[in-house]
Amino acid sequence: MLAVSSLTMRFGGLKAVDELSFEARAGDITAVIGPNGAGKTTVFNCITGFYRPAAGSITLTHRGGETFPLHHMPGHRIAATAKVARTFQNIRLFAGMTVLENLLVAQHNTMMAATGFGVLAVLGLGRYRAAEAAGIEKARFWLDAIGQTTRADEPAGALPYGAQRRLEIARAMCIDPVLLCLDEPAAGLNPRESEELNQLLLRIRNLGCSLLLIEHDMGVVMRISDHIVVLDHGKKISDGTPAEVRADPAVIAAYLGEGEEDEVPA
Amino acid sequence: MTPLRDAFLSAAVALGLFGPMVGLVTTNGDRGLFLQVRPIATAVVVGLVFFGRLAILSWRGRTRADTYKTNRALAERIAHAGKFITPVLLLMAIALPFSGSRYYVDLGTLVLTYIMLGWGLNIVVGLAGLLDLGYVAFYAVGAYSYALLATTYDLGFWTCLPLAGLLAGFAGVMLGFPVLRLRGDYLAIVTLAFGEIIRVVLINWVSLTNGPNGITGIPRPTLFGLRFSMDGGDGTFAGFFDIEPATIQRVIFLYYVILGLALLTNWVSLRLRRMPLGRAWEALREDEVACRSLGINVRNTKLTAFGMGAMFGGFAGAFFATRQAFISPESFTFIESATVLAIVVLGGMGSQLGVALAAIVMVGGLEALRDFLSFLGGQMNSEVFSGIASELPLYRMLIFGLALVVMMVLRPRGLVSGRTPTVALTAAKEIAPELVAQGRG
Repeated sequence: MLAVSSLTMRFGGLKAVDELSFEARAGDITAVIGPNGAGKTTVFNCITGFYRPAAGSITLTHRGGETFPLHHMPGHRIAATAKVARTFQNIRLFAGMTVLENLLVAQHNTMMAATGFGVLAVLGLGRYRAAEAAGIEKARFWLDAIGQTTRADEPAGALPYGAQRRLEIARAMCIDPVLLCLDEPAAGLNPRESEELNQLLLRIRNLGCSLLLIEHDMGVVMRISDHIVVLDHGKKISDGTPAEVRADPAVIAAYLGEGEEDEVPA
Repeated sequence: MTPLRDAFLSAAVALGLFGPMVGLVTTNGDRGLFLQVRPIATAVVVGLVFFGRLAILSWRGRTRADTYKTNRALAERIAHAGKFITPVLLLMAIALPFSGSRYYVDLGTLVLTYIMLGWGLNIVVGLAGLLDLGYVAFYAVGAYSYALLATTYDLGFWTCLPLAGLLAGFAGVMLGFPVLRLRGDYLAIVTLAFGEIIRVVLINWVSLTNGPNGITGIPRPTLFGLRFSMDGGDGTFAGFFDIEPATIQRVIFLYYVILGLALLTNWVSLRLRRMPLGRAWEALREDEVACRSLGINVRNTKLTAFGMGAMFGGFAGAFFATRQAFISPESFTFIESATVLAIVVLGGMGSQLGVALAAIVMVGGLEALRDFLSFLGGQMNSEVFSGIASELPLYRMLIFGLALVVMMVLRPRGLVSGRTPTVALTAAKEIAPELVAQGRG
């Protein structure tokens, strides 16, 4: 469903991503792993429209068959029409708004459509009331899914760290994405929280949403992903199922370092 | 350092500063200027600093628990008090003209104009977090739109009011397009410049705006077609109700017009805050990048905030023009933008009640302070105070500035700084100001 081909991203003289091609299949959890500085987050930023790639294409195909060229769509349209949602490595919640408000802001476009350019809703006319009720219902579904229903009226910034991570995922799910991109969702979580996260991600996949995730926690990656892409220095060095990738000597070399006699001068 | 020593040091610094500034004054004598020494005035000021510092230190020694919890409790308490303050203020506003005093009604009209401007700017600065230092530009566009439409095409106030608002809103969107790519300080600088540009254009485009001479003879509003004129004939307010014509009738009518306009601004912004658009504004203030990742069109959302704020500024401008019956570019200087922004910041960004209270303090309070100082000066008729008594009203701005500084130290997030959630699953709880972002453009 997501096809990345010959993606290249330069920052000045540095090639952060170099001719990268990979595919993520519908209904899969695809993990992108690699050592620090391998270009994982850059790939994410290209897919979600925060960076404009220097070359190459990123194409998303919905189940219905429509295709979206993500590499030249404006950032907000990627979420609004192509339905690609994302989370951030450093959590970006609306800290001063309540948990419920965070989930409602995510449904901005659907709810906005019901306000009649704002005028009708301000006057109390039209179908906004029903749209808001539906929005709250969807928010309640995701609150239950992340176990935060009792905290719905707390400010998001006051939640514990693990709950903030899950809230960010729930917020992204509120845009009804077909592809959810998670940037290190397990960072900073303890083993129990990380297990809860696994369950949440599997549940999201079972609801029919594909996932693309960057992760350093190999426990999470190996247990839940269907397909792994390994990057190093902006290039793909391996691609396959968790078992295949684990056995790939190139991956072991990238992570553990190579013996001195094998070292190839760069 | 002991409090006493600290206070002595502060007094010494004050002596060094105020010794020459307050203690020495040049006076016209028989043989030209001579230097007059005022030891008592200096002693009073230095004494104030000494005891003030002592009081601050002892007060601070006792309350040192400025934590998240106490602040949140305070926010809850203020919000609770707000539930009582709001209807009381509203009743007072409605009842004010019954005092029958022209002075109070005029002052009330002025305060309400600033409240309306504050509420308009609150959408831009308080909700969307876009620092706009050129708000007066839209006030000017509204005022000139009404003045020009009314004097050229002979249209009435109620026809021109929506047009003035629309034109100002359009100006807001037009200015917003290039400007809203910038953030934070840069946005502030560019909006400041735009405010000045509008004023300079008004001064120099003589063929349209009559330049620095301004526009005179702007028509007054009518009450369903009834004019407020002094002849008392047919078609006038006094003639229709068969009463003695008096200027106060028009003054009171204008007061209720601005009260209605201000309440309209308040109602619309309160409604919008609970709508997706208002939530998107606040979300933008909190985190623009996250908004983009959720499919919110950041540019358009910012433009709506800018346009909406500008529109209410335009309404207020049209009212200003009809009230004064004369406008000139001099009325739209940077100081107006600064005053309105100060009202929003002092009130607590995003808080409607806070903005109203701040406008009352900033505009009404300043006026009251002038009266009080004149009164105080009148009372001090002994020989020793003779030097200060007559100048006391001149210290008005100094005292006011000091009050603002104290305010910023004690309540840096404004009078009413908590945030009320726009929607709740069970019960809405006030959000402590520490968590709420202030926006970086």
